[in-house]
Amino acid sequence: MFDLDKWQEIFSTISQNKLRTFLTAFSVAWGIIMLVILLGSGYGLENGVRKEFAGDAVNYLSVNPGMTSKAYKGTKPGKPISFTNDDRDLLMRMPGVTASSARTRIFGSGVISYKNEYGAFDIFCCHPEYAQVESLRMIEGRFLNQADIQHTRKVVSLGKVVADALFKNGEKPLGKYIRVNDVLFMVVGVFDDPGGDRDMSRIYIPISTAQKAFNRGNSINNVCVIMDGATPEDSRRAEEEIKQSLSVRHHFDPSDTRALFIYNTINEYQRFIQLFAGIRTFIWIIGIGTIIAGIVGVSNIMMIVVKERTKEIGIRKSMGATPSSIVGLILQESVLITALAGYAGLVIGVVLLEVVGNNMPNVDYFSNPEIKLDVAISATVLLVVAGMIAGFVPARRAASVKPVDALRDE
Amino acid sequence: MIHIKGLHKSYITGNNSLHVLKGIDLTIAPGEFVSIMGSSGSGKSTLLNILGILDNYDNGDYRLDGNLIAKMSEKKAAAFRNQLIGFVFQSFNLISFKNALENVALPLYYQQVSRRKRNLIAMEYLDRMGLAEWAHHMPNELSGGQKQRVAIARALISKPKVILADEPTGALDTQTSYEVMDILKEVNEQGITILIVTHEHDIAAMTNRIIRLRDGVIAEDIRNGEVKKMKELAFAAAN
Repeated sequence: MFDLDKWQEIFSTISQNKLRTFLTAFSVAWGIIMLVILLGSGYGLENGVRKEFAGDAVNYLSVNPGMTSKAYKGTKPGKPISFTNDDRDLLMRMPGVTASSARTRIFGSGVISYKNEYGAFDIFCCHPEYAQVESLRMIEGRFLNQADIQHTRKVVSLGKVVADALFKNGEKPLGKYIRVNDVLFMVVGVFDDPGGDRDMSRIYIPISTAQKAFNRGNSINNVCVIMDGATPEDSRRAEEEIKQSLSVRHHFDPSDTRALFIYNTINEYQRFIQLFAGIRTFIWIIGIGTIIAGIVGVSNIMMIVVKERTKEIGIRKSMGATPSSIVGLILQESVLITALAGYAGLVIGVVLLEVVGNNMPNVDYFSNPEIKLDVAISATVLLVVAGMIAGFVPARRAASVKPVDALRDE
Repeated sequence: MIHIKGLHKSYITGNNSLHVLKGIDLTIAPGEFVSIMGSSGSGKSTLLNILGILDNYDNGDYRLDGNLIAKMSEKKAAAFRNQLIGFVFQSFNLISFKNALENVALPLYYQQVSRRKRNLIAMEYLDRMGLAEWAHHMPNELSGGQKQRVAIARALISKPKVILADEPTGALDTQTSYEVMDILKEVNEQGITILIVTHEHDIAAMTNRIIRLRDGVIAEDIRNGEVKKMKELAFAAAN
């Protein structure tokens, strides 16, 4: 195998048969490039979808009130449902719920200012647990806490974008008072949100404070319940329970699809996971198809190679070549070409993926196309081994032909 | 050198069996220069292929340099071909993508002689054929006579006991044919047994013994002195 002379013999054969070598090498390299791009794109899709989810937790249910569309126990359809603190308390006691938060958005006129700097940002009123829903990461200070709720403190946690807009010239936001709808709030923290700029153009204030300061009584817009460790089945069961218990409290038909809107992230996430599984299966089917096409290509070329070399084999045999040396000559050549071409295809494919990945505009649901190296390498090895087997059968046959018949071949 | 007794060979194609060699008895002593003649279909090429272990035979007994050549593994046959026999073919059978030097060196490759050494020896043999300056030319850049001289150098390089030549001058003009025959004669004078298959009388006349095959059996076996006489007869007939 490591007989230098044999390799020299092979190199001289390869260098004298460039077209044949190129065709074999090309079919192998092409197969591997296609496979790498295919698998890479699949991972890109998956990474992209995961990134979309990165902004929010995937273990909560968002419960939003709607308007009834069915008559129920003497109530006409069209009755608006609205939530209060009691609804949050009710849902919090449900089995499987590990945390919950109310959420109220104050829209529109909310101008937020600090000294001469001002801007219009979303004002979110919530409980401290809401940090888990948004997967917030504090840059400095803290988020809201239970004491803020209890004592209706006028404190605020700013998104990074808001902090950058209001506090210029390196001024520190912590401990400063900002004006929210003409009410002063003290900044207790600045946060980062993997969900992006939109989620960082927000400020969060305690729900209890907001209800008092902005005359909201005890009403809330929405309840988010976090179910840590819940399976998708648990979450769907919880959805039903939420509908049941709220229908009793608010007098609506539990089968009314417009009275409540529940956004179940646990279930949604599972659907995406299933989608990934589907995409992966699909990609692998095509990938295996590509490899098979490559193998067929290699065996085809090997068969032609052996046919083309029949006379040469005859000459070599008349000069004293043993059958095993003939098989070795053909196989080593095929392994060398497929291995080098496979490696080249691997490198080209990976470089291509890198270039595309780095220069791609920011598109939803697609980012960082990549391929696991072990997968790519095993595919290449598979192709090389298949090329070897594909070459072995015709090589074996050619080596066992009587020299007189091989020599007669034109 | 070569002992054959009752050699039979048939080719079977489908249901037809073609009996080509029908009991050949032949002994060739070391150092002989023999030509085998016969019309096409007489079995002369088949006989040569069997002698060269390129083909097998059905019945009989064939000894080459004391070794019984019967059913044997392809590996063993390869070793015999490599060490005992040198081939010269009508169509030269040079490997087209190797230059003259590499073609000549090929038998030594199968003797595990190092590249440097075998190229050195190959150069020596090419030089003896007067082809030293053509060593790095590809076969398609050589004339027919040059190709055949390369092939002879290749046949000689493994220092065989026997040279088997199948119509060595069949593809050459008269002038070149004679040159090739002169080379073979020279080789024979160094003690190597040579067998050539030919259907040209003048070529056969340059050998020391003519064996004429007819319908798969030896019809005539004429030796040296008689050859000269026959040459004169042929000359007389021509005039």
